Amino acid sequence: MSTVSSESTLQDRPLDSALDPALNPPIDDPLLEIEGLSLWYGDAQALRNISMKIPKNQITAYIGPSGCGKSTLLRCINRLNDLIPIVRTEGDIRFEGESILDPSFDTNLLRKRVGMVFQKSNPFPKTIYENVVYGLRLQGISQKSVLDEVVEKSLKGAALWDEVKDRLQERALGLSGGQQQRLCIARAIAVEPEVILYDEPCSALDPISTNKIEELMLELKKDYTQVIVTHNMQQASRISDLTAFMYLGDLIEYGKTDELFIRPQKEQTEAYITGRFG
Amino acid sequence: MSSSVSSSASALLTRDAVASRLKSRYRAENRFRFACASALVVGGLFLAVLFTSIISQGYTAFTQHFVGLEVYFDPDVIDPAGNRDREVLASANYNAIVRDSMKRQFPDVTGRTETRKLTGLVSNSAPYELQSLVETNPAIIGTTETVWVPASDDIDMLLKGKISRGGAEETRRVSDNEIAWIDTLEKSGLVDRRFNKRFFTAGDSREPELAGIWGAVVGSAYTMLVCLALSFPLGIAAAIYLEEFAPKNRLTDLIEVNINNLAAVPSIVYGLLGLAVFLNFFTMPRSAPLVGGIVLSLMTLPRIIIPARAAMQSIPPSIEEAAYGLGASPMQVMFHHILPLSLPGILTGTIIGMAQALGETAPLLMIGMVAFIVDVPASIFDPATVLPVQVYLWADSTELAFVEKNSAAIMVLLAFLIVMNLAAVIIRRKTERKW
Repeated sequence: MSTVSSESTLQDRPLDSALDPALNPPIDDPLLEIEGLSLWYGDAQALRNISMKIPKNQITAYIGPSGCGKSTLLRCINRLNDLIPIVRTEGDIRFEGESILDPSFDTNLLRKRVGMVFQKSNPFPKTIYENVVYGLRLQGISQKSVLDEVVEKSLKGAALWDEVKDRLQERALGLSGGQQQRLCIARAIAVEPEVILYDEPCSALDPISTNKIEELMLELKKDYTQVIVTHNMQQASRISDLTAFMYLGDLIEYGKTDELFIRPQKEQTEAYITGRFG
Repeated sequence: MSSSVSSSASALLTRDAVASRLKSRYRAENRFRFACASALVVGGLFLAVLFTSIISQGYTAFTQHFVGLEVYFDPDVIDPAGNRDREVLASANYNAIVRDSMKRQFPDVTGRTETRKLTGLVSNSAPYELQSLVETNPAIIGTTETVWVPASDDIDMLLKGKISRGGAEETRRVSDNEIAWIDTLEKSGLVDRRFNKRFFTAGDSREPELAGIWGAVVGSAYTMLVCLALSFPLGIAAAIYLEEFAPKNRLTDLIEVNINNLAAVPSIVYGLLGLAVFLNFFTMPRSAPLVGGIVLSLMTLPRIIIPARAAMQSIPPSIEEAAYGLGASPMQVMFHHILPLSLPGILTGTIIGMAQALGETAPLLMIGMVAFIVDVPASIFDPATVLPVQVYLWADSTELAFVEKNSAAIMVLLAFLIVMNLAAVIIRRKTERKW
């Protein structure tokens, strides 16, 4: 996939993420490398020349006001934007060095490696058990012993096992909102992905459920690389190792969470995290 | 006049002023509610009138009068040679046997006209029934048996009270003599009212007492079968393509508009199309359920596609995203989620579309399904008619007895439609889902 390379773009952009040292925190072990990524919905540009590296086994958070492109960026990582016919992208995302935006890169395989948890919990209207094993069934795995094992492991991994172990054959839609969201996480980790994307996973949850999800994310760090989009700056500061602030399709600032929240380099970042706009 | 706008507004908004207007607001509310309720009542009344008139006219068709004939199976008439040859048995003069049985009951009836009238009390199917009795059991020859045969349609009407006994004889379809004879028979217990099995098992007939609905029911069933087999898979595949795969451009917009237009095309136009294309160009069999089904499926297609698409649209996109997010292919998303979840909507649409097709007459007239067909069709290629066309045909007949047959046929048709619509409602109720 071609990268944006014309000089005019670089000159037009007052903020060029690739050249700005503030936007390149030292990352030794990047799992994902986003390079010069731009995205258009029809004629409207939603992402402008974004470059950043996402480290392995850490939590990276995207913050920013509504419409800044953070969810769009997240959906580039598992190419869920492909579902929207009018979307056009330029630039590149490399996943362990492989270019995943290349049309020849298999999306089904990619989405097995990059799981996603959505803003609105979206369990299938099936049993709890079937929800968890769905990703395996997609790949044609149907051995009962394997599925049973995965269900227990995934639900334990999502800290839901104790609550549902006696009613695995009940409908998933009967669970509470927080439980449903953890079920979605269990469903995502059942296929053993490498990356989990979260698109505002707690925006519809009460504080206790939110807390459980956050604890779970910290727990999952040892096995997964996690990327979260959140509206909630406290959440970002509580759980993430790195935070990226986006505004109107630009990556304004990207750095270690502690530093970004305490000593933001950019005026816009400071304005946003202190609540002056957004 | 108030001094300023604001003070006049606040004068109108004091508690008293608001309270005094409240009454008229409630009155308007009640008037509106009353108007809506009366619309419902009027609709219900029309329906009640319709059903009462159909049922009150038609229920008598489910029973029929039979006349008991004391038949002497005369060997001299049936088989003079006595060798029980099948051909001789088949070509014997059974009319004479019926006539003789009647004359034995009424020995004083003489003269050709009177004798014919006397024999006319029973259906002219009576000789055939005697013939089949003899053919199945030749041992019956030489014995005397009481054989129950249907009364002729006019006598049946008379006994059901639909032909009045009063008035001048010339203005009646039944003469005084006939009335006297049938009364005599009734007194001697040789007239019986029985369930009209023939109505549910026979095909059409020129004789009302022999006419049945079964031919039309089978014709309708074959036609619906062809229609369903074509329009269900085609309609769903089209809906899936338009909803999930088709690019959104001018062409698909045009297709969408035209599908909606097709649903509004008068049905007779489809009949003309069937006549021109399927009969004249492809030379398919005339009057056959095959062609009827094809024509009706053209009509039903948009009525399946439109609700199927609506059902697919009503599935939250989050389900689709969840599946894609786990690496499902478009086909897996379709068969695991979209189709099962939209199936209730699709089925309801299909059943209602089929119910409409079942009630359709006009397009079938154009392709010859309006012919008079006695035989019950044995396949989709045989000439056949369908229930609504049968109703139309009988409504065209002059015999009084067809009036009740007609109403009864309508009742059968309505029963099918009610069952289908009920099925649609039940499916919708049972599978309704909350997200």
